[in-house]
Order: sequence, then C-alpha cells, then structure tokens
Amino acid sequence: MTSPALATLLRQPTGRLDLLPYAALLDLAFERVEEELQLVMPFAETLIGSPGRLHGGSIGGLLELAGLLTVIAAQPEGEALPRVRPVTVTVDFMREGATQETRAVASITKLGRRVVNVHAQAWQGSRDKPIAAAHINFVLDWPER
Amino acid sequence: MSEFVEQVSQFMGAFVGRVPHNKQLGLRFIANGNNWVELQLPYAPHLLVDPDHGIWASGPIITLMDTCVGMASMLTRGAFEPHATLDLRTDYVRSPKSQATVTARGECYRMTRQIAFVRGLAHDGDPADPIAHVTGTFMFAASKLAGGWQ
Repeated sequence: MTSPALATLLRQPTGRLDLLPYAALLDLAFERVEEELQLVMPFAETLIGSPGRLHGGSIGGLLELAGLLTVIAAQPEGEALPRVRPVTVTVDFMREGATQETRAVASITKLGRRVVNVHAQAWQGSRDKPIAAAHINFVLDWPER
Repeated sequence: MSEFVEQVSQFMGAFVGRVPHNKQLGLRFIANGNNWVELQLPYAPHLLVDPDHGIWASGPIITLMDTCVGMASMLTRGAFEPHATLDLRTDYVRSPKSQATVTARGECYRMTRQIAFVRGLAHDGDPADPIAHVTGTFMFAASKLAGGWQ
C-alpha cells in the first residue's frame, strides 16, 4: 500500500474506506475517537455466516483492516509510504457476532521499520465485551530511494 | 466414505454457496473426503485491498479457510452439531497472483469430545507452492461422543 490518498484520508475525523475495494464490500467507515482510529462495520445480511451470526471471516477481515490502517496512520507524515502486508494473522473468537454494528480498533505493540506487531479487537455495543481479537505481524516494504 | 460423509457431500456444494457471506465473496465447493474439504475462491476485483498493486485483502482468505476447515471438522464429527471457531492462525507465505483463483484444502486431524483441531493450506494453482497455511481449533458443545482429554 503506497497510496498517499489513503494516508491523507485517515487524518480526517471520519470517512468511508471505499479506496480499498474489500473495505467497500464490507461497507466500512472510520471515525477518529480521540487519538484512536475506530473502524465501523454496519450490519448487513451479506455478512452472515450461519443463521443469526456474522461470518468469522468478515470479523477477521475487519480486524486485519483495523490493524493495516492503524499501521498506515502511524507512518510519519510526508514520507514515502511502505507497502504494508500481514505475514501472520491469529484471530481468537470470544463471542458470536450478532446481527448488529461491529467496531474494531488496533493498537501497535511495537512499531519497527520492517516489522510492526499489532493487537486488534472487535466489539458490538459494549467495548469491554470483545467478540474477537487478532494478533497480527505486518512486514513493511519500503520503496527504493 | 461413511454414510454421513456421503449424505453431506450431496448437499455441501449448494450449502457453501447459500451462506450469505460466502455468496458475497463467490466461494464454491470443489470436493471432499472423510475429513477434508476443498473450496475455491475465484478472483474478483472486490477481494483486493490495494487495486494499484493487485494485492488481495486478508479477509477473503480468512473467510475461505474458516469455511473450509469448519466444514472439515463437521465431516469428521460425523454429526450436525453446532460449533464455533475458537481460533484461527493464517501464515501468508507469499502473495497470490493478482487474478488467480485461490483453492483451499482443509482437514481435521484430531477430534476430541469438545475440540476439533484443523489445518489447511491455500494455493493459486500448485498445492506444492502454497500462498497460505492455516491452523486452528473449533469448539463443540460437549456431547456424548466418547474419548479425548479436552
């Protein structure tokens, strides 16, 4: 991911993520809540995996995007952006995803130049009852200077 | 194949495509055995996270693999019992070719009273050169099935 348009977008207080086709498919938006980047996935019938429950894959996809965008937003302003790719993604599912809005945030455990370790969490309604969490290791590919 | 596996095979193709999120992404059923399932996800532009570089999002691969190993655990269970993914780890060993069809093969290698242990891989044409490996566990409500320490 090298799109400066995305980095600019993420500095806004709110917005949609239609620049990323898969995020557009999930109808994702983001909100800046204090310093935090929250992703919002509205409920849609197309997210269902089994009757009355969200597909684990859609929740996993949301968590990975929360991580990816948090890493992009953490890059220094004005510099060339690296391509950010997940190498390992481990998702724990704690509660079933109900047919309602889901939010996700990510926190960076270690921001390195080549590797970024991230923890992401998703919840519905009550943030202290997460439905899923992910541990993601991203590798950054910097453009040649 | 057991009677249950044959029974499941007959409707699995239609079932995979009926799950709304699978349908949205375009998942399809290919084949199965006693404890394994093969599914496919053909390329579509909406599966990408970075259209400029043709890079796939991770979510569609997670959905594909979760569905694949979930069905493998149901087959191995030998009964329609509700189960839920406990955890799923995906290692992306390389990027898929940008417009490839991704094939997933998942198996359940151990079934206990409450836990199914699963693993699988995804490739874009050559199973010997995978794009991703997964490992995970599914949780069943404790049933009358015998055995296992879990």
